Amino acid sequence: MCRIGAVKSKKFVYPSTALRLMLPQQEGHDNSGFAMVMQDLGGVFALYKDKPLLSMACTKQGARLVEDYMSAKNFVKMAEWLPVPNKKKDLDIQTMPYYIFRNYDYPEHYDDAESRENLLLDTRLALRKILTESNQGYVYSFWPDVLTLKEIGDPRDIATYFRLWDDNGTLLAKNIIVQCRQNTNYKIVRYAAHPFFLQGYTLCANGENTFYTKNKEFQKNLHRGYIGFESDSQNFLYTLHYVLHELKWSIPYYKHVITPLPFAEIAERPDREILLSIRQSLAHLEINGPNTIIAGLPDGRMMTCCDSKKLRPVVVGGDETTIAISSEVCGINEILPDRNFERDIYPNEREVVVIDNDLEVTRWKQ
Amino acid sequence: METVKVQDIAANDLPWQIEYHAERCTMCGSCVASCTFKAIKVEVQRKSMTISQANQPEPVHVQQAIPVIKQVADINNACRGCGMCERVCPNNAIRAVRNLDNRRNLLFNRPIKRGGRTNLNAQRTLDKIIVGRISQMTDPSLDSIRHTFDIRSPLGRVLSAKELPFRMENGKLVATKSTPPVRWIYPLIFSDMSIGALSTRAWEAVAMAAAYLNEHCGLPVRMSSGEGGMPVPLMESDYLKYFIIQIASGHFGWNRIIKAMPRMKVDPAGVLIKIGQGAKPGDGGLLQAEKVAPHIQALRGVPKATLASPPNHQGLYSIEESVQKMHLSLNAAFGFRVPVAIKCAASSTSVSVYNNLLRDPYKICGGFFIDGIQGGTGAANEISLDHTGHPVVSKIRDCYLAAVDQGAQGQIPLYGGGGIGLTGNAAADAFKMICLGANGVFCGKILIQLLGCVGNENGRCNACNTGKCPTGICTQNPRLVKRLDVDKGAQRIVDYVLAFDAELRKLMAPIGNSSLPVGRSDALVSTDKAIADKLGIQYVC
Repeated sequence: MCRIGAVKSKKFVYPSTALRLMLPQQEGHDNSGFAMVMQDLGGVFALYKDKPLLSMACTKQGARLVEDYMSAKNFVKMAEWLPVPNKKKDLDIQTMPYYIFRNYDYPEHYDDAESRENLLLDTRLALRKILTESNQGYVYSFWPDVLTLKEIGDPRDIATYFRLWDDNGTLLAKNIIVQCRQNTNYKIVRYAAHPFFLQGYTLCANGENTFYTKNKEFQKNLHRGYIGFESDSQNFLYTLHYVLHELKWSIPYYKHVITPLPFAEIAERPDREILLSIRQSLAHLEINGPNTIIAGLPDGRMMTCCDSKKLRPVVVGGDETTIAISSEVCGINEILPDRNFERDIYPNEREVVVIDNDLEVTRWKQ
Repeated sequence: METVKVQDIAANDLPWQIEYHAERCTMCGSCVASCTFKAIKVEVQRKSMTISQANQPEPVHVQQAIPVIKQVADINNACRGCGMCERVCPNNAIRAVRNLDNRRNLLFNRPIKRGGRTNLNAQRTLDKIIVGRISQMTDPSLDSIRHTFDIRSPLGRVLSAKELPFRMENGKLVATKSTPPVRWIYPLIFSDMSIGALSTRAWEAVAMAAAYLNEHCGLPVRMSSGEGGMPVPLMESDYLKYFIIQIASGHFGWNRIIKAMPRMKVDPAGVLIKIGQGAKPGDGGLLQAEKVAPHIQALRGVPKATLASPPNHQGLYSIEESVQKMHLSLNAAFGFRVPVAIKCAASSTSVSVYNNLLRDPYKICGGFFIDGIQGGTGAANEISLDHTGHPVVSKIRDCYLAAVDQGAQGQIPLYGGGGIGLTGNAAADAFKMICLGANGVFCGKILIQLLGCVGNENGRCNACNTGKCPTGICTQNPRLVKRLDVDKGAQRIVDYVLAFDAELRKLMAPIGNSSLPVGRSDALVSTDKAIADKLGIQYVC
């Protein structure tokens, strides 16, 4: 079972905060990796918030392939941050030769939001294809104001390697979604580590998606960005993206899609016709099995919800400046020991919790 | 040497032989009275025997003429092995025994008509499939008794999410137009057996079971009427909502159905257009004159004659036409409030049919029922029964995967039938079919077996076409029909479906699913490599 977490703050926080949120929960996540998506960046990327940021790990040749592709597509390099690793001996980390975080300016004629969204996705997919076919690296995200770091190994050592414990002002963000484990069910593949990212939507999940095959067979025809499927948790992200971005429905309907109400309960509702239509049209996106998800939305809001039997835990707690979502409360106790824990929220199986950018928490039952 | 007329039929030529013990027989006559096939008769035999009638043994050798029970050595009265004689005999003096050395196929030199199921093609794919993905530590198994399960299947045309006529208004979805009707029903449908094929009482027993399951057990089981119309009082009652009205190529009963429409208080659950049937694909329905009793003549509006429905719906020559003519007109007839589905015999062409239905621009087909070779029939030429058809398991899978390729899975619900429950456990069969992509299953023969049908796949009885059904299920003879206890029969079906429901949960729980795992092929494994490869599931050994 994974442990997942997220920190959302009015002030910029360091990745070390996210690590401190996760490490007390290590019994549950076996320390096989570290992955985080940072959004609303400060530090070295603060000046380029509107420019897409490419996050990748690759070989020298991979870096060259990416550079060739990007210049051929008329992307203009704006800024770059290459971590200077701490190559201390005996660190438990499987490194890649290069970690590249680079801002680009859009090519000409991509002026509206929709064409930019499509361009960024198509570019990431193309880069992923190039790097996969040549076996020269991994590209995790390409989106303005979003940084992704993933690596295999002990999260503490990975943090040491990337100097994340130093809190040196380079990496800062107001939103961090984090997980400290590789997908140990199957082959260890970097792409299989959540959080996953697609067009502004970030998601990590703690659980087992027993409708993985159904979800996958359905999703692969829905959108060109729904690929990979290295982990059964990717399905949650693709459904979130489909409901909110493609169908343009509101957040409550995401919950209705993944964990629909039983037919008997639908029949009692005034909106039964809508709910029934959703259940029948998107039957193949239902999630059955234990899980909790934490998701970040393009506008910076964060949300969490659980499976319909509440078979996986999650808790939300915080103060005026910072709110954390975590699989276990011990993580929140570590980073926010002085909060009023009586106000912690333990969402139930039908509940959705959304935190907006003013840290206002909205919760409702499906 | 005695002269033997070898061309004459003898009892040892017939598929079943009567084993008779004269010394146990009390001459009560029950066996002869119970035999609907007149396969046994009373005869007087002269016997040589030694008897003693005094207080002390005083054996006397006499020759006596005594009555005995004898098998009729005639094809038309051949014993069917139904076993009614054995059932009624108080002294175990008589029974039917299978005759392995019979010369039936050589002697019955005409297209033999009979009911029941195929005797060949008895291989059971479903028995080589196991539910092999069990929730163990990665995720918890559910508790089949304490957890709640949502066991419902759609019947009706489901639109893709992007086609739904919804608009967001203040954060809420609002429907701007109506969508095609979809009923969420129990994934087990009582298959189409007509009044005519079944006795009125047998049909009534199945209908009572369906109504009871709905009204008292909370299971929305639906029953297909079969091609023979429905009783008018039923059509005008609230119970109509539990029935799927069938229209087949003979259109039998539709005169009354159409006349009843203005007086229908509720809509039927659906309309099922029968194109073909798994047991005799390419053949139309067949009701032998023997079974066209006066009440059947009235119901169907026909004289007493063998009712051979055409193999095709007249006037339909292509699938596009079928969609435009039949589907549209039947949809229109019920004001587009009732799903209209189609039933075809499984065939090498099933995927093409399904693809076409999925692509039909009217979005008007509300279900695709595929009937496999192991389905039963009330009457068919034995040659078609045994040698034509197509297994249903891989066909359901092929159709589901064809829909997956189009990204249209679930849009036209798939129902599989033909041999579901063949070995007695319909729940296991249904569950495996559902994991392979079916939304639900339909079954018929197991229902009449629950009522008391003694027919089997090895040629026992299977005389559904003769009007002489010894259990009163498939006959219109009022005396034979009395043999069936309607209430008891209905109760048997209800009990079975309740057990089916419990067993379905018992299979859903270990794979951790509370709603039906439609298309969850990863839950299945097969011990047969060829089956695993064909169905795209894991091979295990």
